Amino acid sequence: MLRDPDLHVGAPRSRIDGVAKVTGEARYAAEHRAPDLAHGIVVSGAIARGRITSIDSSAALAVPGVIQVFTHENRRSTAWLDYNYQDEVAPPGSPFRPLYDAEIHFSGQPVALVVAEDYDAAAYAASLVRITYEAAEHATSLEAQAYKSYVPPKKRSGIKPPSPPRGDAPGAFTASPVMIEADYTHAVEHHNPMEPHASTVIWEGDGKLTVHDKTQGPQNSHSYVVAVFGLKADDVQVKNAYVGGAFGLGLRPHYQLFLAVMAALELKRSVRVVLTRDQMFTLSYRPHSLQTVKLGADRNGKLNAVIHAAVSGTSRFEDYQEDIVNWSGFLYQCDNAAFSYELAKLDTYTPSDMRAPGAATGMFAVEIAMDELAAETGTDPVELRLRNYADKDENQDKPFTSKELRACYAQAAERFGWSRRNPEPRATTEGRELVGWGMASGIWEAFMQKASARARLAADGTLEVATATSDIGTGTYTILAQIGADALGLRMEQVSVKIGDSSLPTSPIEGGSWTAASNGSAVMVACTAVREELFRKARGLDGSPLANVPPERVVFRGGRIAVADDPSRSVAISEVMRAAGLEVIEREETAQQDPATTKRYASYTHSAIFAEVKVDEDLGVVRVTRVVVAVAAGKIINPKTARSQILGGVVMGIGMALHEETMADHNLGRFMNHNLAEYHVPANADIHDIEVIFVEEHDDKISPIGVKGLGEIGIVGTAAAVANAIFHATGKRVRSLPITLDKLL
Amino acid sequence: MNNFSYTRAATVQEAVAALAAEPSAKFVAGGTNLIDLLKYNVERPTRLVDITRLPLRDIEEAPGGGLRIGALVPNSDLAYDERVEQRYPLLTSAILAGASPQLRNAASTGGNLLQRTRCYYFYDPGTPCNKREPGTGCPAITGQNRIHAILGTSEHCIATHPSDMCVALAALDARVQVTGPDGARSIPFAEFHRLPGDRPEIDTTLRHGEVITAIDLPAEDFSANHTYLKLRDRLSYAFALVSVAVALRIEDGVIRDARLALGGVAHKPWRDPDAESLLRGRAPIPEAFQAAAERVLRGAKGFEHNGFKIELARRAIVRALGQAARSTPQTQSDKRIK
Ligand SMILES: Cc1cc2nc3c(=O)[nH]c(=O)nc-3n(C[C@H](O)[C@H](O)[C@H](O)COP(=O)(O)OP(=O)(O)OC[C@H]3O[C@@H](n4cnc5c(N)ncnc54)[C@H](O)[C@@H]3O)c2cc1C
Ligand code: SF4
Repeated sequence: MLRDPDLHVGAPRSRIDGVAKVTGEARYAAEHRAPDLAHGIVVSGAIARGRITSIDSSAALAVPGVIQVFTHENRRSTAWLDYNYQDEVAPPGSPFRPLYDAEIHFSGQPVALVVAEDYDAAAYAASLVRITYEAAEHATSLEAQAYKSYVPPKKRSGIKPPSPPRGDAPGAFTASPVMIEADYTHAVEHHNPMEPHASTVIWEGDGKLTVHDKTQGPQNSHSYVVAVFGLKADDVQVKNAYVGGAFGLGLRPHYQLFLAVMAALELKRSVRVVLTRDQMFTLSYRPHSLQTVKLGADRNGKLNAVIHAAVSGTSRFEDYQEDIVNWSGFLYQCDNAAFSYELAKLDTYTPSDMRAPGAATGMFAVEIAMDELAAETGTDPVELRLRNYADKDENQDKPFTSKELRACYAQAAERFGWSRRNPEPRATTEGRELVGWGMASGIWEAFMQKASARARLAADGTLEVATATSDIGTGTYTILAQIGADALGLRMEQVSVKIGDSSLPTSPIEGGSWTAASNGSAVMVACTAVREELFRKARGLDGSPLANVPPERVVFRGGRIAVADDPSRSVAISEVMRAAGLEVIEREETAQQDPATTKRYASYTHSAIFAEVKVDEDLGVVRVTRVVVAVAAGKIINPKTARSQILGGVVMGIGMALHEETMADHNLGRFMNHNLAEYHVPANADIHDIEVIFVEEHDDKISPIGVKGLGEIGIVGTAAAVANAIFHATGKRVRSLPITLDKLL
Repeated sequence: MNNFSYTRAATVQEAVAALAAEPSAKFVAGGTNLIDLLKYNVERPTRLVDITRLPLRDIEEAPGGGLRIGALVPNSDLAYDERVEQRYPLLTSAILAGASPQLRNAASTGGNLLQRTRCYYFYDPGTPCNKREPGTGCPAITGQNRIHAILGTSEHCIATHPSDMCVALAALDARVQVTGPDGARSIPFAEFHRLPGDRPEIDTTLRHGEVITAIDLPAEDFSANHTYLKLRDRLSYAFALVSVAVALRIEDGVIRDARLALGGVAHKPWRDPDAESLLRGRAPIPEAFQAAAERVLRGAKGFEHNGFKIELARRAIVRALGQAARSTPQTQSDKRIK
């Protein structure tokens, strides 16, 4: 089908915020200024558990320029109830309260905030704060604590608990002619967005605050600040116009926000607090987990039993939960299945959602296990997946809104050249290197959340769309402009997008890959309301060329409203506005998935990912030389920004497979490689060709605009595809990530 | 970062005097390591003596046929100097294996020698560390020691020296020219860095107030048979887990001279004269390489997380000797291992 060249949705468009970003005009949380700005530096604690016995701030206070040293001993009082600290996505438990009392809950816990006239004075003074502790015994090793695991008594809202068992999984497993059973584990990962967490709180006078916060949800930070400090909602505005990456770390408010607001209220002046890279490792992380997968199958690889069990770490004060174990039930048909998911308490900060939380973790195990089954039964890995293809959500017994995973396998395999694969491991060499090809499936739940947006058409024919979501680098500004432009037949430049502000129409937090579907739909609905009103006005004008034309017969194109089959009958938007005497047409609307759809259907984004590795076996060096990934994610609004999302996800997946690992010293209870020289993410040299294919997928149920979302799917399955390729190359099955060279020696 | 005074020295004498007068003053050159350490509150100098304006930026022919490299020559200028590329390609390769182009542009020759270990604990004042605060203990021995040493360790410290360039300089028998309050002296490279012993806080034999003025490369020619092989946790921009510098002189199918230095395995670039002499007079065959590797690693001792380095080093030595013997040195742009 030929594309209409005037339409923006579906066309590759460059980011509308790109110029502002590369010229530095775009200000991030730590870059906002105020005339009286004071600077806060966080003092991080040294022990993992225990109590502060003394704090001596005298040397710090004596540094010229130091205004105050805040500690639990002198901080202002804040809310009493856990409820007030629980943000939109808080898991069950008792959220961490910065500077609350002498108790230490995790290594690196903030124990003081030094505020000074300038950054350097604050930083120096922070190094002079003397703290003594009484240490208590701590536990940070999941391996050591797993024996105390428990089923979380309270479920985290929005997270699927393990599905109830189907059939008789243990019985079917033991009765199966082919049994695969193995343990899988991956390292703790920290999100490490480029932009560190920061909050600049502008004191506007009279107790009013404008907060520039590093967050994925300005309204989430807003309600947190209001509830914790007992402020009037109208006195606080939270902005996050630009966000330098987040990967989930910006979902919950972090302690720098609390500390900056506390200091601003106390000092009645503007305060900025920026975390150092080291301190970024004292925030949330992707939890380490211990997984066991058992697959029972017949000799052709048809599954009889799936058993997936996981134990994950959480903090002592909150039960962070993610969905690790359910994924096989959405992907593969199997009559007997059992899932379990338990937590173990650790003396760390609470983990949090990191790109494809649960799925990246669970799917790496399931998809390696499937590869093991393929090898064991001599089945081609793609064929094995087709043999077990689920035509409905097996766990919930619901049909899918759409599922083009078959096309993903076919198109990616074709591009990759999979049919030429020699199934034998270790069979292909190139010079000294062993060559391996591996594949995996990817899946992520497609969500649409309730969201509101405002559309405002001005007399000159320009449009502003607004909703309180965030663009964390994904391209949200751009796709909202595309949707708005098409709704009213405008050029992209005629549309401005306002997001990243708590005072805008209500939006869910930016996360879960739901922003395009949710906020995109809200913008579409609001623009449609404006369009209807505009059309009514146009038709009502004296001598209107559109008189008596029904709405279905008009198109909005090039700033004009025209009769579709008779373009000579048209009128310019600006003319309608002028003739009708209108300054603006403004509508605020809310979009939401039909509850009946949510109840009846299940919806997932899918992918098939194929990887080629070359391994110097002698030295354990792995190069991922080629990746082809095909994604079915409903409608693709912008193939250019969409591709970038998948590329980023795949790179992060390669990092998960080969590099990323936060190492804890369990004697000290502390993460140790807390900087980007020693916490390795892939470097340019580690990344070669990545080809992204978007498979056509029509979905009229998931969201009014047919979008499923793309932020997470790129990482899911990638680690397994790499690990499977390494197996194919070397014959070595590595089940613990990252696959560093020592594991291949 | 603490408050400090700042002096910019115009001459070597001025620099030496400024440091000698103040026990906790430090020189700063490229600043790529020192400024980080200041930010981490690991180094807390009372004064920084900026030596970047000293006239030590030239690479000159030395009287005996070697090269004299000024201490302030940036790492990238050194790597891409034509004479170095032709006569000391091992040095070029080792420099290009390290850090990133931006860092190499800023980093100086002298500073590279004096960069400090990347031990996680050393960089984190929230933890004990004998090197940072003598007497507080060495948590790495029982903690996260994946990147730590397997040779020449002590019960007080198991840190490694992180430099790539220094591994090549060790193999090339460079000399370090220094000037201090008591005048100038020349230190053989092997004696410049030291083992931790019971004074892990002291990295080198340089005395307070001494400034490195130049590095001398002797006239020997190893340009035909050499390699720098670096193994790390990603394909670039990571410190070595194990690296191997090899320089051979092969005549009529016999190894006449052999240099073998290891990085990432000890508190200093590691050379083993016994292993080198095992290679001399032998044909460049895998058995000879294997024997040399065994010899280098005979006293190696691993800890909980770095035991793999022993086997990795063994294989890396054999591979590197092979690369050098075949005249197929590892390139640093193509990450494929030869
Ligand atoms: C992220 C990162 C990655 C890196 N990766 C690598 C790598 O892979 N391989 C590698 O080899 N290196 C690597 N480096 C280290 C880099 O090579 C060193 O930081 C650099 O060589 C130091 O040189 P400089 O001139 O900046 O020294 P400075 O930081 O200025 O000084 C370092 C020390 O040397 C002293 N000093 C400097 N010049 C003199 C002199 N002439 N006489 C006496 N004392 C002097 C200073 O007082 C100070 O104590 C990396 C660094 C970073 C930050
Ligand atoms: S190895 Fe050395 S540098 Fe590292 S903690 Fe021990 S003493 Fe400190």
